[in-house]
Amino acid sequence: MLKINNLKVEVEGKTILNGIDLEVNAGEVHAIMGPNGSGKSTLAQVLAGREQFTVVDGTVRYEGQDLLVLTPEERARRGLFLGFQYPVEIPGVSNVYLLKAAVNAMRTARGEPELDAFDFLTLVRARLQIMDIPETFLYRAVNEDFSGGEKKRNEILQLLLLEPRLAILDETDSGLDIDALKVVANGVNSLRAPQRAFILVTHYQRLLDYITPDQVHVLSGGRIVKSGGRELALELEARGYDWLKDEAA
Amino acid sequence: MSALHDIRDWYRQEFAGHAPDMAGAGLPWLGARRRAAMELFANTGFPTRKDEHWKYTDVSPLALRQFRPADSIPVETAALAVHRLDAWQLVFVDGRYSPALSRLDGLPEGVRLTSLADRLRETPEMLEGWLGRHVGADRHGFAALNLAFAEDGAVIEIRRDVDLAKPIQLLSVQTAGQDSIQHLRHLILLEESARAAVIESFIALTPGASFSTGVTEIDLAAGSELTHYRLVQNGDDASQIDTTHVQQGRDSRYSGHAVNLGGRLLRHELDCALAAAGAECRFNGLTLARGQAQVDTHTRFDHLAPHTTSREWVKGVFDDEARGVFSGRVVVHPDAQRSDAEQSNRNLLLSARAEADSRPQLEIYADNVKCTHGAATGSLDPDQLFYLRSRGLDAARARQLLVYGFAADALARLPLDDLRRRLAAALGERLLPGTNLEGLIP
Repeated sequence: MLKINNLKVEVEGKTILNGIDLEVNAGEVHAIMGPNGSGKSTLAQVLAGREQFTVVDGTVRYEGQDLLVLTPEERARRGLFLGFQYPVEIPGVSNVYLLKAAVNAMRTARGEPELDAFDFLTLVRARLQIMDIPETFLYRAVNEDFSGGEKKRNEILQLLLLEPRLAILDETDSGLDIDALKVVANGVNSLRAPQRAFILVTHYQRLLDYITPDQVHVLSGGRIVKSGGRELALELEARGYDWLKDEAA
Repeated sequence: MSALHDIRDWYRQEFAGHAPDMAGAGLPWLGARRRAAMELFANTGFPTRKDEHWKYTDVSPLALRQFRPADSIPVETAALAVHRLDAWQLVFVDGRYSPALSRLDGLPEGVRLTSLADRLRETPEMLEGWLGRHVGADRHGFAALNLAFAEDGAVIEIRRDVDLAKPIQLLSVQTAGQDSIQHLRHLILLEESARAAVIESFIALTPGASFSTGVTEIDLAAGSELTHYRLVQNGDDASQIDTTHVQQGRDSRYSGHAVNLGGRLLRHELDCALAAAGAECRFNGLTLARGQAQVDTHTRFDHLAPHTTSREWVKGVFDDEARGVFSGRVVVHPDAQRSDAEQSNRNLLLSARAEADSRPQLEIYADNVKCTHGAATGSLDPDQLFYLRSRGLDAARARQLLVYGFAADALARLPLDDLRRRLAAALGERLLPGTNLEGLIP
């Protein structure tokens, strides 16, 4: 589904990613872990099409196609989703309006008719329940005055509505208490399917207690320095990241 | 220079022709004030860009043209339906009160709502102390013209402790079109602890370069509270120069909301005199300007007494070659200890040729005060743009939605839900053309 080859990325002349290789197949869940500043969020945003980063080398193929030539909206319409580490506030625009616009943008891209308000509400209500979100949430401005937990739930609500093929969740677990973490994990797990893949970017292994990954990768200094199974995350929890830096050096 | 002198002569002749027939023409005090205002105008004329307060505003489109009152076109009640709110209404057509179009039934006791012309004819005594008291002819040429020529408007008196259940809407309808001029003058008096909402709405049913002046004098006695809306939805050729003065007593509260959606040259000046302890004023302004429009907001808040508070949020969206000036002056006088002032001005420029001039001015003569201000002019936030695009919205649509959100956010402070929704819908139609707006408004 996703094949990253020797990806090198700069921002303002500074190298952030220094040769990433990663392959993610349909049905798999990959966790990308690493210390602060290792390039995890940059990788997530580059895959979603953030323009402030410059790709200086390497290739990214998504479903057999060059991902890097596509605009952010084209990537989204082809089933790539980024759950933001810091979801952005859009004052003046209601949450329900953005959700509906996003769902209909995907439907139009797939050649399906747009949903009307009634059908959309039916669709969204079922997912509000999974995310334990009250309906009043829909009529507030996008992420404005949302608590940290509410913002993250709203990201997963969007994930559930958009049903992407590849979901990249950037530190969705940070700042969540244990109950909110379970709700978020439950939302993600409800969407796991053979045709869908997930990349979980996280600093802590805590999230992986609830969403079991197939592979764990450690990013350090802009490179994947170690890959392994679920047990690698537990080892990182116990030993921290420093031993890997030493190993890489 | 000779054209400008000609225009002074033009209005002098107009005045000589009209003065004998104007409402209140027989009142010696009023005749004297009008003549003095006309004299002042004849001597000084319109302000020019050499005048510090008009440095960024070119009024020559108004100053070089001979405007005159013109015949009104009959207004169908149905044409006003979309502009009517659930409110008592005084409708003015081309600056004249229209009883037939107005709706005043069911006004409670303790409220007196009349047209200025009727008051001048019937019971003018109380007006002598008020007309021109706070906005005199010496302010500038537009205020002088208004005092000389205005003979209609609304006189609103709310008695002590009355809490008005519905707003009062003053709906000004312009029908006379090209080269027409109109003047309106409102007086709003709230006695102690009275509460009311007044909506000034301006619409144009006939296109063409027209010119209006307006003056609203407001007096808020101790403990009274006024929510005051100004909604300008003129045609793109109509010009309008208005001045509002609010005189505030102890613990009174003024909340102003101004939304400018259409006009060629619009300038609104708002003065709040926080003259007694505990007085508070809030002003929330939004401008959408396009084409060749110039839309200016000039505010001056005088903190004259201790414990006075002012809050101001002004936003503008300028497209095409539109431009605007925000001038926000806050003066904290020596006696105004423990005063608190906050001001913010944010502008969005949608075109390389659009322009916004922001001039915050704080003058502080007391030592124990809290004053902050901030101004920002720019384009859309790339983080917001990326967020929307990552949800599948194409770049053009995402931009439109962000511009809409920037503007609509200013409406969140409007306490009148019906009005807030109508205005948000008007913004949506303008900024999100051809899209389904259902569910848009938070």
